[in-house]
Amino acid sequence: MAFEIIESCVNCWACEPLCPNQAIYEARPHFMIDADKCNECAGDFEESQCVSICPIEGAILNESGEPLNPPGSLTGIVPEKFAKLVARQQAA
Amino acid sequence: MELPVLNNVAPDASGCQSGSCGSTDDQMGHLPEHIREKVFNHPCYSEEAHHYFARMHVAVAPACNIQCHYCNRKYDCANESRPGVVSELHHPVQAVKKVLAVAATIPQMTVLGIAGPGDPLANPERTFETFRMLAEQAPDIKLCVSTNGLSLPDHIDELAKHNIDHVTITINCVDPDVGALIYPWIFWKNKRIKGREAAAILIEQQQKGLEMLVARGILVKVNSVLIPGVNDRHLAEVSRIVKAKGAFLHNVMPLISEAEHGTFYGMTGQRGPTAEELQALQDECSGDMNMMRHCRQCRADAVGMLGEDRGDEFTMEKIEAMDINYPEAMKMRAEIHAAINEELDAKRAAKHAKVHSIEEIRPKPATRPVLMAVATRGSGVINEHFGHAREFLIYEASASGVRFIGHRKTVAYCEGGDTCGDGMSALDKSIEVLSGCEVVLCSKIGFEPWGPLEKAGITPNGEHAMEPIEDAILAVYEEMLSNGKLDARPAEQQKVA
Ligand code: SF4
Ligand code: SF4
Repeated sequence: MAFEIIESCVNCWACEPLCPNQAIYEARPHFMIDADKCNECAGDFEESQCVSICPIEGAILNESGEPLNPPGSLTGIVPEKFAKLVARQQAA
Repeated sequence: MELPVLNNVAPDASGCQSGSCGSTDDQMGHLPEHIREKVFNHPCYSEEAHHYFARMHVAVAPACNIQCHYCNRKYDCANESRPGVVSELHHPVQAVKKVLAVAATIPQMTVLGIAGPGDPLANPERTFETFRMLAEQAPDIKLCVSTNGLSLPDHIDELAKHNIDHVTITINCVDPDVGALIYPWIFWKNKRIKGREAAAILIEQQQKGLEMLVARGILVKVNSVLIPGVNDRHLAEVSRIVKAKGAFLHNVMPLISEAEHGTFYGMTGQRGPTAEELQALQDECSGDMNMMRHCRQCRADAVGMLGEDRGDEFTMEKIEAMDINYPEAMKMRAEIHAAINEELDAKRAAKHAKVHSIEEIRPKPATRPVLMAVATRGSGVINEHFGHAREFLIYEASASGVRFIGHRKTVAYCEGGDTCGDGMSALDKSIEVLSGCEVVLCSKIGFEPWGPLEKAGITPNGEHAMEPIEDAILAVYEEMLSNGKLDARPAEQQKVA
């Protein structure tokens, strides 16, 4: 049972001090979670702390590789709409 | 990043109050003495001092506990003088070294701020360790901190301990329904909270923090980002409320929103205000409150005077090689500060005398106010070439004197490509930011921009190079008066049209 940080992480440090198990560490190109230490915050917090503060959609994955903050969940810009906006901007 | 800066006097007010008059600097006249003392020679609050002193930021606080729609954590935040996470992040010990090196090299550096890259109070250990060391090692540097306010109430005691000169809170709204359009989520009590509920908590914490700081006698400045269609109609109320609670200054900044910043507002096409919209709002709020108009949204990790950046001289590598004897540097700094203050005092006295004489000779003519733009690199004189200017200082001349209105940024059209990326030429951009101005004063101007400027109703003027800004503006105003140019009212006609 452990989460994973992937390359879309912007190294913002928000998650690191919050982890109850000191599982998160600074690394390049991006922060990492020590899978041996991460227990998904079970028993410590109702919500996984790193997932609750991470500002980047898709930067943290669960064990099945699914984003815990899926596209649109934080920005409110759902992917289809996002694509349309980009297209509109390019056309303008 | 202010004295003629503080405007709570209507543009047509004339005469002197409480021994101060003429320039907008003196509109601090109504502030309590202990606050005036604190802000008089402060580069962030005194437009005049701003030409002589400088401030710097250190990036020691990476984490943030809220999301704003105008922010993309990756990049420097254009709105809140906050560096992005790609900027060089400093450990407190490194940050202190850097500050001492800069202060010893640039004696004008008098204010040190912590503003990011995240929220300083979401990184309390790193922020307060930096303050603690600086208070000990460099007691001649003023300390300040900017925050979104969410965890402000938890840190009031610690802030009071470090003798913080002032705290800036970014308050964009006092209504959760407005807030829900600006803040998608906050991290609060170990949970992510979204929408209106999040905004309500943030607003409550900001207001509580403001009240607690004022109760402790700590100066509070409030920053607001003006977002057209979102909080533009709401900010006058914000101004009223924060003033009633004891904030001493309200700084309304324009939203900066470019698609390539990748922010929510950038992506969804939310526009920023025009220079005129910003000024109208500042005027609306200034009836209620001291407005700060010369803030140029300095880049939070920039080092130097007036928008210049000498950061390259102070990379960590170079700093490690420097041998700084700060106690010695402090003596040199004290001498330089005393000399600058003397110069400032002399200028103020001279201005005071001059305004009197102008009022005496002029029998209250019904002249209209005129906006003029100035290209300057500092020291309070006209010393920048039109084509090199990255910003213009805007002043209003009227029968009652000269008043500073604000900064408008542009792209130096002499530099680089001829476009600003959006197909607009740099000269067009300058003409656009100068809209409403009738004169632009600079040390020199080329032949090429002359015609387009005049066509846009802006008279270029290079006759006052190296002269003090306010003297030059008055001289031009008097000249316009004697040429009969102040009888016509082009500005108003335009408004009607
Ligand atoms: S889920 Fe919890 S335990 Fe695992 S890395 Fe994130 S904060 Fe640490
Ligand atoms: S909060 Fe997210 S973006 Fe920031 S360091 Fe952690 S994983 Fe990376």
